[in-house]
Amino acid sequence: MKILVCMGNVPDTTTKIRFDSEMKKLDTNGVQWVINPWDELALTRALEIKEQSGGKIEKVSVINIGKADAEPTIRKALAIGADDAYRVDADPTDSYFIAAQIAEVAKAESFDIIMCGIESSDFNDAAVGSMLAEFLDYPSVSAVSSFEFNDGNISLKRDIDGGKETISVSAPFVAIVQKGICINPRIPAMRGIMMARTKPIKVTDPVATDSLIEALTFDLPVSKAACKMVDADNTDKLIELLHGEAKVL
Amino acid sequence: MNFEFTEEQLMIKQAARDFAVRELLPDILERDAKCIYPERQVKMLAELGFFGIMIDPQYGGGGMDSISYVLALEEIAKIDAATAVILAVHNSLTAYGIEHYGTEDQKQKFLPSLASGEKIGAFLLSEPEAGSDATSQKTIAEDKGDYYLINGTKNWITSADHGGLYILIAQTYPEKKHKGINAFIVDRNSPGITLGPHEDKMGMRSSDTHSVMFTDVKVPKENRIGEDGFGFSFAMKLLDGGRIGIAAQAIGIAGGAFDLALKYSKERKAFGTEICNHQAIAFKLADMAVKLENGRNLILKCAWLKDQGKPYSLESAMAKQYCGDSAMEITTEAVQIHGGYGYVKEYHVERLMREAKVTQIYEGTSEIQKIVISRTLLKD
Repeated sequence: MKILVCMGNVPDTTTKIRFDSEMKKLDTNGVQWVINPWDELALTRALEIKEQSGGKIEKVSVINIGKADAEPTIRKALAIGADDAYRVDADPTDSYFIAAQIAEVAKAESFDIIMCGIESSDFNDAAVGSMLAEFLDYPSVSAVSSFEFNDGNISLKRDIDGGKETISVSAPFVAIVQKGICINPRIPAMRGIMMARTKPIKVTDPVATDSLIEALTFDLPVSKAACKMVDADNTDKLIELLHGEAKVL
Repeated sequence: MNFEFTEEQLMIKQAARDFAVRELLPDILERDAKCIYPERQVKMLAELGFFGIMIDPQYGGGGMDSISYVLALEEIAKIDAATAVILAVHNSLTAYGIEHYGTEDQKQKFLPSLASGEKIGAFLLSEPEAGSDATSQKTIAEDKGDYYLINGTKNWITSADHGGLYILIAQTYPEKKHKGINAFIVDRNSPGITLGPHEDKMGMRSSDTHSVMFTDVKVPKENRIGEDGFGFSFAMKLLDGGRIGIAAQAIGIAGGAFDLALKYSKERKAFGTEICNHQAIAFKLADMAVKLENGRNLILKCAWLKDQGKPYSLESAMAKQYCGDSAMEITTEAVQIHGGYGYVKEYHVERLMREAKVTQIYEGTSEIQKIVISRTLLKD
């Protein structure tokens, strides 16, 4: 069996986000790029499953839709332990476009299990996994927080309101994973870092697909207003501020 | 000139950073307070390959360059200088010494277990009465034909207990003074080795430091490193490289304190504004940042020279002296910026200040570095 892990290349989660002067595009100056954190969890679990499968999982591949500047992030995934990588050479414009491109590779290369993070930490669409399953006509399981291979009798746990649902599923399928799928993302070892450059990244051209979404504008969150301190005994002042200024009373 | 790091160097730096934040930070205060050795973390670092980072892959190492090594050490030291010193002694001194000066048999016998972290390296040079004056070795290695008989005491030995493999410096021909000194690879469990109690230190409290007593310890002749009488020269060569590691550790400690001080100065308010808006604090931050940048550049130049196979003895003395002294200054200012909070353990900067102090002392005091620097300048 083969596992394909979908990975986004996203700004480091501590990045100070800025947009261009027209507020239409992310200003990428000085941005450090990382593997989308949920995808990194998916990759870590995929590698653990492979190691525990007794050879039944023959390889774990990663796929990214992005231009050549995404390759350092892809190589990090290879350093962590992925066996090889696919990169579809295109700007990842929207979830529909991304899912369509992944579907092409997944079909052509006959992957049995496809794992992706529940959402990306930059655009938070949370749509690629479900769309991908539709393109492939595979079942998809969302919000997976536990993945047990069990010698091929795969058991997944989903987070539902107030508890967890355990389900079994047969390959091929798409698992959309979230926190809990593994304890921590794996840190690349020296040997993995050394090997990363020797592992193949297969670059393909995108298939013609329309993007369905055009972002009109981006807004930054309103910065927090200054906090006003009111003396504990001065309730009149508090009511006056809540009524007159905050207008919540 | 090229100031860009390679992708691999950046990946190693990030891996060290991620490890330190995730695995070393959570229990650092307890380990510091109770002098607990980071056993779990050392095992994990070994699995990640940090104990074989520069060792040739044919002996099981990662084969990385010195630049990667100093970047990793700096990131570990930002959070936990005690773990950084375990790595520094192991890699810069023990592993490097065997790999670069050992015989092929010694390399094949000892490097794989060092690279895997199965054995942690220690370096035994200092004695109760021989610190900076390392030529005054009182530990005797008597030539008994097919083995050496070791008697004497070594002091301030990092990883003396948890370390599995020692490099020991001892005197074979006292009349020849420093030319009679030899270096040996010694198994920590050899009969006749006993340890003094764990030293109750000011900083680096979770690394284990002991004095080591040798009583009629037999060391096979094939464990001697280099020609008869090579020991002192060997130790000095190792310390040239060791200084780069300690400089990186020092700048890591300083960088960790600076990061905390910068963050705190942007949060803490006094006189109606964040304290970073007061020039008294802002100028301190500027001075600290300049020292950090200078220190890092000195270290990277040394690491680059070493990787190029060029001489770096002068530069490593400069880096060690500058980074050690700067670490003390920067951490002291970090405590000052934190005010009263800086004086309590919860805020970490007081620990970093305690840890900085020893970087001016071990592997050659700042004063010894100035002797090395000035003598090199005045040589011609």
